Amino acid sequence: MSSTARTIPSLASVASRQQAEPSDPVAPTKIEAESLDFFYGTTRALEGITLRIRTNVVTAFIGPSGCGKSTFLRTMNRMNDIIPGTRVTGGLRIDGHDIYAPGVDVVALRRRIGMVFQKSNPFPKSIFENIAYGLHVNGMAGSKADVAARVEESLRQAALWDEVKDRLQTSALALSGGQQQRLCIARALAIRPEVLLMDEPASALDPIATQRIEELIYDLKKTYTIVIVTHSMQQAARVSDYTAFFWLGRLVEYDRTDQIFTAPTEKLTEDYVTGRFG
Amino acid sequence: MERVVRHFQEELEALQGRLLEMGGLAEERVRLAVQGLVERDTGLLDGVLQHDEPINELHIEIDNRCFKLLALHQPVATDLRAIVAAVKINTDLERVGDLAVNIAEAAKRYLVHPPVKQLIDIPRMGDIAQSMLRDSLDSFVRRDIGLAHQVLNEDDELDGLKTQIFRELLTFMLQAPATVEPALDLILVSRHLERIGDHATNIAEDVIFMVSALDVRHHAPTHPQA
Repeated sequence: MSSTARTIPSLASVASRQQAEPSDPVAPTKIEAESLDFFYGTTRALEGITLRIRTNVVTAFIGPSGCGKSTFLRTMNRMNDIIPGTRVTGGLRIDGHDIYAPGVDVVALRRRIGMVFQKSNPFPKSIFENIAYGLHVNGMAGSKADVAARVEESLRQAALWDEVKDRLQTSALALSGGQQQRLCIARALAIRPEVLLMDEPASALDPIATQRIEELIYDLKKTYTIVIVTHSMQQAARVSDYTAFFWLGRLVEYDRTDQIFTAPTEKLTEDYVTGRFG
Repeated sequence: MERVVRHFQEELEALQGRLLEMGGLAEERVRLAVQGLVERDTGLLDGVLQHDEPINELHIEIDNRCFKLLALHQPVATDLRAIVAAVKINTDLERVGDLAVNIAEAAKRYLVHPPVKQLIDIPRMGDIAQSMLRDSLDSFVRRDIGLAHQVLNEDDELDGLKTQIFRELLTFMLQAPATVEPALDLILVSRHLERIGDHATNIAEDVIFMVSALDVRHHAPTHPQA
């Protein structure tokens, strides 16, 4: 902590003012959390999260490590289900349907809610197969021509087509880090999800590759609802329309990104975005 | 992060210090220009006319500091508002320095003639303009919105005095055409002092924006993004 740091206010002072809506909600709601708690065993990692994420905009989650932003991201496609001893209470609805209701088909859910991780994780297969694989597994592969068309479409959407179109059969592992990450985005897009969750998608990339991913995010929001977790405040400011700031498992402030970075309402947010703590 | 923030904070404090220095210089020059006029001291007026460089140098230095802080630290929220305010305050202070020169020039022309009248309202305007300038800079240093609002209110008094001076001098000019030239210079001086008040008002408005993110310019309190 810096000697010039201001005193961090108590969490109690912000909890009661938690904001579920940004100040100018315009697009319809896509994802809605209501009093959501999340537990790793007995440890509560998320507490009373209530917020509505809008359709076809980019929403960024920011906050210091361990604040719960990635945990919250992973509740949206029930990725946390695979961790033993975890538990969710409260509501999480996508298009108005509770995704934690009994009988929800988790595989079908994850098809609608795609995810891209911090570390690119292409399969040790060809570029083409990396994308076609998901189509086959999800029973979405039609004729060979259909699959080829879908592969091209996805690679174009991920702004990778021009770089790989002449070597689709070479190993995906031969691509650069930035290209691998865009391949993973293409792979996620191939099954035509509605929402794209991105967990620090550019944190392992150089500035040029990062810029390409950011441009991609900007283009993709026309079609997809995007939620991005990022440690880079500048990245959140550059790519997102709305920003949610998490601290100690709670949502402190959620508003338009320009508002968060010019005149945040909460002192905690102010202290975090100006680098006074975290 | 810690070291970087401290470095940024120190730079911000240095910027604030230079702005205050510039404010002090600008205020002093206004004081000397008005004093030179009232006491008919051309030596004081020459001093104002000849020593414009320190303010001009500070004007450039402060702008450069702001550019560097913006480019290197990409400040947000209150830090961003502080630097944007500093850029604007810097311009206002430089203009105040120029207006002090304008006052000294008009005063020198005025002193060539016999006095039109005893100067009462002009030194009063000078006092108010300087006090507004001082208060606006104090409100900047202390992040004091109350004091900034006080500066905004004082501007009306200055405007009233300027109108009063104009009317009074108009009667002198109508009665004695020989007073037209020096009276016009006094009207100009009152106009310059009124402009100094406007710059102090701008500074106070910038302080309110910096502290509260409220844009109160043009009498319309709005949020910048509203």
